[in-house]
Amino acid sequence: MLKINNLHVYYGGIHALKGISLEVPENKIITLIGANGAGKSTTLRAISRLVSASEGEIIFNNEDISKLKTTEVVKRGITLVPEGRRVFPDLTVLENLKLGAYLRNDKKAIKDDINHVYEFFPRLKEREWQLAGTLSGGEQQMLAIGRALMSKPKLLMMDEPSLGLAPLIVQDVFEIIKMIHQEGMTILLIEQNAMAALKIADYGYVLETGTITLEGTGQELLNNEQVKKAYLGE
Amino acid sequence: MTLQEFLQNFANGISLGSLYALIAIGYTMVYGILRLINFAHGEMIMVAAYIAFYTVFIFSMPWYISFFIAIIITTIVGILVERLAYKPLRSSPRVTILISAIGVSFFLQNLGIVLFTGRPKAFQVPTLFSQVYTIKGVNIVSLTFFIPTITVVLLILLVYVINNTKIGMAMRAVAKDYDTSSLMGIDVNKIISVTFGIGSALAAIGGIMWSMKFPQLTPTMGLMPGLKCFIAAVLGGIGNITGAVVGGFILGLTEILLVAFLPDLSGYRDAFAFILLILILLVKPTGILGEKIAEKV
Repeated sequence: MLKINNLHVYYGGIHALKGISLEVPENKIITLIGANGAGKSTTLRAISRLVSASEGEIIFNNEDISKLKTTEVVKRGITLVPEGRRVFPDLTVLENLKLGAYLRNDKKAIKDDINHVYEFFPRLKEREWQLAGTLSGGEQQMLAIGRALMSKPKLLMMDEPSLGLAPLIVQDVFEIIKMIHQEGMTILLIEQNAMAALKIADYGYVLETGTITLEGTGQELLNNEQVKKAYLGE
Repeated sequence: MTLQEFLQNFANGISLGSLYALIAIGYTMVYGILRLINFAHGEMIMVAAYIAFYTVFIFSMPWYISFFIAIIITTIVGILVERLAYKPLRSSPRVTILISAIGVSFFLQNLGIVLFTGRPKAFQVPTLFSQVYTIKGVNIVSLTFFIPTITVVLLILLVYVINNTKIGMAMRAVAKDYDTSSLMGIDVNKIISVTFGIGSALAAIGGIMWSMKFPQLTPTMGLMPGLKCFIAAVLGGIGNITGAVVGGFILGLTEILLVAFLPDLSGYRDAFAFILLILILLVKPTGILGEKIAEKV
């Protein structure tokens, strides 16, 4: 579904991605793990065209999207849940969800999808009229995920969804990712919480200072000595 | 002061305040979305006034068509100013774009001098707006009623658009976060253009009413009202639309009433506005309804 070939990105004077290649097949959860500053977020930002690649291709459903505008990438069906949740703090929960459906015009279906998001996250329903800035961190993360789902993406990318959340909530978030996946969503997940990410992932890539050093199925990487040492703290 | 005189001055203050409010909205909206004080905003008053003047004077159009054309062209000018002078600098330090705004302001004033000459022109006020009514001994020009009414109607419309429409929601989102907005599929450049368009259209309407109230056109006529409206926007809390309106009314009313109560100080009318600006910046820099600077992250 998504294929990245030899992607190079310079970001703030740094060669952040040094020719990475990876693939996200349909209906799979793919994860990208690595330390801070390895280039994980830059990869997702490059796919969403928030940063420009200097070299390489990003092929989505047989089309090179590496020169499109962000809006166009969203139109093609790729949505990013950004790092740090980034909900719109002075808009209500409902407005945040509606913004997720900004490119859609099917009012009736949007309404159904809002209700569907509320089934996933009943807490959001209770807080429909509250300003998003008043939600707790976990609720904001749920809103950010719900908002991303509202665009009816084909590929959902998530940047550190567990960042800064309490351990119990982190569990919830991973449960939700699994549930969304079971509905047929293709997911590209970035995590520092490598253990949790690899457990739910079909396939994973390890990114180190802009290069992919290792790849394999979630289980393989979990059992890999190098990975264990560097990311799982064993 | 008699009651009649007071009411007369009060009505004047309200109508001047409405004009300030209408033009201040443009400052505050652009600041909200770009964090830029658009110093070229005042020049939109001049642009609209001259277009309205010439379309009546040369083409002898009826006033309503001429005013409509003036509003449309000024809107386009406002959008072009952003595209040509601010957009290429969007990732530069904020002061660069501010200097660019001051440059545009000087450029438009001087372009006005070249095109229209510096000699003042007399604006023809349509009879609908220049009728004088006498109510209980108070003489009021019909324009004094029209200005606040038009302002209030436009304001209600604007608040409705911003709070209840998709484009308004997008404007509020872009004002907070460009990147995340574009991840929602919002075309950020388009929303910024719409913002400049709305601000310039309101300034054009304000400018036309301004030239009916003070019917003398010069290429630098936008400078002082522009600065006053900037003060009104800061007074109310820049970035906040209701604040701009509140600030506009406060400034307009106090200016008129100050002169009415203390006629000796009438020469200091403009100075008063700037003293007010200095005081706000010293005492409450965020203005009356300004956004809190500290935000929960």
